[in-house]
Formats: sequence, structure tokens, C-alpha cells
Amino acid sequence: MTTKAAERRAVHGTGKAYWRRLGSEVRRDKWLYFLLIPGLIYFLLFKYLPMWGIIIGFEDYSPFLGPFNSPWKGLYWFERFFSTKKWMDYMGNTLILSFMSIVFTFPAPIILALMLNELRGMRYKKLTQTLLYMPHFISIVIVVSITYVIFGTDGIIYKATTQLLGHKIDYLGDPSVFRWMIVGQSIWKETGWGTIIFLAALTNVDTQLYEAAMIDGANRAQRLWHITLPAIRSTIVLLLVLRMGSVLDTGYEHLILMSNALNRSVSQTLDVFVYQNGIVNGQLSYTTAVGLMKSLVSVILVVTSNKVAHALGEEGLY
Amino acid sequence: MAKNQEVTTAQLNGKTINLTAGPVGVYRSPGSIAFDVLNYVIIGLAALTTVMPIIYIICNSFATELELQTRPMFIIPNVWSTDAYKYIFASNKLLRAFGNSVLITICGTAINLFFTVTMAYPLSKKKLRGRTALLNMVIISMFFSGGMIPGYVVVSSWLGLRGTYWALLLPGAISAYNMMIVKNFFQGIPQELEESAALDGCNDLMILLRIVLPLSLPVLATFGLFYAVGHWNSYFPAMIYLKDDKMYPLQLILRNIIVTAESSASDMSLMDPNFVEPPKQSIKMAVIVVATVPIMCIYPFLQKYFVKGVMVGALKG
Repeated sequence: MTTKAAERRAVHGTGKAYWRRLGSEVRRDKWLYFLLIPGLIYFLLFKYLPMWGIIIGFEDYSPFLGPFNSPWKGLYWFERFFSTKKWMDYMGNTLILSFMSIVFTFPAPIILALMLNELRGMRYKKLTQTLLYMPHFISIVIVVSITYVIFGTDGIIYKATTQLLGHKIDYLGDPSVFRWMIVGQSIWKETGWGTIIFLAALTNVDTQLYEAAMIDGANRAQRLWHITLPAIRSTIVLLLVLRMGSVLDTGYEHLILMSNALNRSVSQTLDVFVYQNGIVNGQLSYTTAVGLMKSLVSVILVVTSNKVAHALGEEGLY
Repeated sequence: MAKNQEVTTAQLNGKTINLTAGPVGVYRSPGSIAFDVLNYVIIGLAALTTVMPIIYIICNSFATELELQTRPMFIIPNVWSTDAYKYIFASNKLLRAFGNSVLITICGTAINLFFTVTMAYPLSKKKLRGRTALLNMVIISMFFSGGMIPGYVVVSSWLGLRGTYWALLLPGAISAYNMMIVKNFFQGIPQELEESAALDGCNDLMILLRIVLPLSLPVLATFGLFYAVGHWNSYFPAMIYLKDDKMYPLQLILRNIIVTAESSASDMSLMDPNFVEPPKQSIKMAVIVVATVPIMCIYPFLQKYFVKGVMVGALKG
């Protein structure tokens, strides 16, 4: 606060003195400003120029004409998207997949962290943690490749379930299996790694709380409910607020690897639509507009869920 | 604990409470023991589920194609063979992709660290004019972005990076989140060290190089590793920006062989025309192993650094 007040005083102070001071400070920190150059250029070129580039969503952008000379279209692309009827499918696919991810993928690391926290054998805990963290470092291409090899028609799981159930399950093509495969892959890849942040929060719990609870006769389930869970409550809320902001992000790098002609009816989310029509088919203006709509909804969702978090008495994101 | 062995059990509500039983002193009811057993088993199974697919792929990649076709289900092959590996290394396509990935990872990580440090250091100085504005600029970019297509248009046509490795290296040069954590770390370095160096006539650049960087090596190593794994694992920028398939990294080749080959078998472009009848399943497995092994080899040694990196972020970020 004091620095702000000083700044204000400096700004509103007599012009000459202000400029002289500014000049001497800049000269004093010249090397620091020099160091800032690459980062500043990076943010302007790769973060802010694309933000300005959203303008092509309001134009009929042609790479040959450039952003300044392409014809202005106003809200044409937004109207077009909402008049296709198909947009409901894309939105539906996006929301269902996100909903499944929040219901199944989100709680998985919380449960696993609580279970790991109850382990007594330190060596067992270390060993299982090492194994559980590992898939996080395996690329999504490899995860999907392993899935293709194991669940494909030559794969061991395909053969096993065919024998066990007596009928074939098309894991890679059947639209009704698709979402479960995505959720399953995400759980396999990220659950172990996701436990770290909760385990970190749990190390801060005062063990005296447990002892006091025990002396008061609290059993293990009660201690879990009244001590352990409240300890990670704010972490859970924080991550949930973050997750709400990306409800419309469906992990396109993952989805486009798993989508094919057979499961297109369920694999086409907003992200996949933008990738397919924008980058593959070159409808840059149309997909920029769809992407902008998506980011606006995301910002609104983060702000709203952060407000909800505050209302619940949590710190939230900001 | 051992000293007051006598007072560690107590009678309360008619139950004997053993305060030395566990890390937090736990009364062991039958239900509690059953829970423990179940807990051990479930976690064991979860850990097994994470490694089994990988063990299966590694073992099966050494099986002969004949065995894979005829024997219904197995993990350990009867006959071990390296045919699949001989096959994939017969053409130099995979080796070249491996080399490309190594090059991208090394250059990319160096660029990441350079940009992250040079931006984080000035921003860690509270005295710096314009610092608040710059920090706001960074934070806004964390919440709102131009989106996939404007980013693509900027990189590929406005900056003309399409078809070059710059398109893979520069757009992600700074992770705003990592940069903020490094900035916070720099802020935590005792001011006196830098001040005394300044009295000795060091300018800010020399202070960064001689004092701040040596003190932050562990943090930089951790973030370097995160960045490096990210580069090694990424395929998407390569897929949309690179045109020449001689420049493709390993992950993209893997995707082209396995994921797209599933729908069109003709896309096994890796195949050397000298080989007749390409063995299918074992080849795929061998390629997966080649792409996974580098990460798997370094992972056990670096695990603690990775975990530390997350902790730093969790506590300070």
C-alpha cells in the first residue's frame, strides 16, 4: 500500500522532479529492463498478438488479404454457428464429457490420497507412489497407442472380454464406450500424480488433533471425516474452481487421437470441432468465433465459481 | 516414543488405546484392521494396474509375430526374439525421429529456462518501475487466451514459423505459472547477498549470474525437467506446424504408425520396402517401447525432483 501511495504522490507531484526520478531509476535498473526484453517480446507476440488476432472471428479472414484488408463480417460467424442445429450436439458432447470427468476423474486423486495417507508401511507407500506417479510422464500418444494395442481387435483385453462375455465389444469404435475409454485413460494417467497436492496439504495437519480426537473416543471414520477431510477442503475447492473454468476444454490433444469415423457422433466436442474445421479444413474465421465464445464462457464460469467459493467461506482462486 | 512406553496405552471408555500403534497412534478395532487390509490390497491393485500395461507391452514386443497370432493371451513369451526391433531400426526413420526429439527437447528446454529466468528475475525486484503492470500482463494471459485458431494463425502465417522448429520451440517458451513460481523463489533469496555483491561493484546482470542462479539450481533443475518432459511428449504442435516428415519427432511418428494406421493400414509409412509382409502387433509394441523407455529410465532417479516441483507450486503458487 505504501509503495502505491508513494507512486501516486510521485505521479501527481511536480512534473520535472517526477521525470528526473523516473529517469534515474530506469538508469539504475537498466540491466533489469534489458533482461525483460525477451520475455516481454514473448508475451506480446505469443500471448497478446493472438488475443488481438481474435479480430479475424469478426471478418471473412483470408491469409492473402491479411487481418487489415479482409472483409468485415460482424457477428455473422456466431449466428451461423448457432443456426446449424449441430451446435447442440457439440455442446452436448462437451458438457457430458466434462461432467463425467468432474464426477469420476476429479474425485479419484482425493480418494487415493486419503487411502495413501492411511498406509502405515512407509516402504510400501513409497513403492506404490513411485508406480502410481509414473503414467503422468507418459505422453498421451503412448497412452492412446497402448490402448489401441490392448483394446484393438488383436489386443489382450478385447480377446479376454470376447471370451468372457461371449460377444465382442468394439472398444475403439462403439460410441457408447467412447466416453468411458476417455475417462478411464485420464484416470489411469493422472490419478496418482493428482494425489501429490492433497498429500502435501495433509502433511500440514497437526498430529495432536488426531490424538485429541482419539482420547475423545473418535473412531477412524470419524477422524477421517472431522480432521483429515477439512484439512484438504480448501485445496479441493481451489482445484474445483480451476476445473470449472475449463468445463468447455475437453483435452483435444487426447480426443483427436481417440476419435475416428465410427465414434464421431460422440467425440465431436467444441475443441475437436474447432481443430477439425479450423486447422484441418481452414475455416479460420468461423472457428475463431466458436473458440472466442468458448473462452468467454470459461471466464464467466471461473468468476462465478470463485464467487461461490467465497460464499462458502473459502479463499478460492483470487 | 520409546522412552515413555508405559504411558502410550491408556484406558478410555472401556477400550484400550494404543498410542504407539501407528504414526498418529491408532486404536485397532477389527473394523480398522479389515480396513487396513483392504486399503493395502486396493492400493496394490491400483499400482499394478498402472504398470501392467507397460510390462505387457515390453514383454510382448519381444515375442515372435507367430506366437502373438496363435497363442490367445500371454504376458511372458515362450520364444524371445528381437525381430520387431531389428525391423523398426532397419529403416533409419525411427532413429532420425528419435534424434529430432532429442534435439527439440534440448533446445526447447534451454529456450524455456532462458526466457523464464530472464523474465522472472527483474519481476522479483519490488523496486522495479512498471513491475505491477508487467505482472498484470502475465496474470491476464493465464486466464484469457486468444484460443487455438488465432494462436495458430499468428505462429503459422503472421510470424511465418510454419515448417520450422521455431514453431515448436517459441510459442510455449514461458509457462506463466512456472515463471511466477521461479519469481517467488527469487524473491525468497536473502536481499543482503545481492546487496553486498552490488557494493562490490556487480551490476544486476552479474548478480543474477554469480549469485542468484547458483542458489536456484535445484529449482531450475526441477522446472527444466518439467519443460523437458513436456517437449519430449508433445506431438500436437509438430503435427500442425511441420510439413517435412524428416523433421517429425518420435511422438508424431508413433501417432502416425499406430493411431492412424488403425483406420488405414496403408499408412505404415515407416516400413522399408525391402521387407515383405510387415509384422503388425509386435512392431507397434516395439515402437511404443522405444518411445517410452527414455522417460522410464530417467523417471525413478528424478521422481523426487518432480514431486518437489509440485510442492513448491502448491505452497507458494
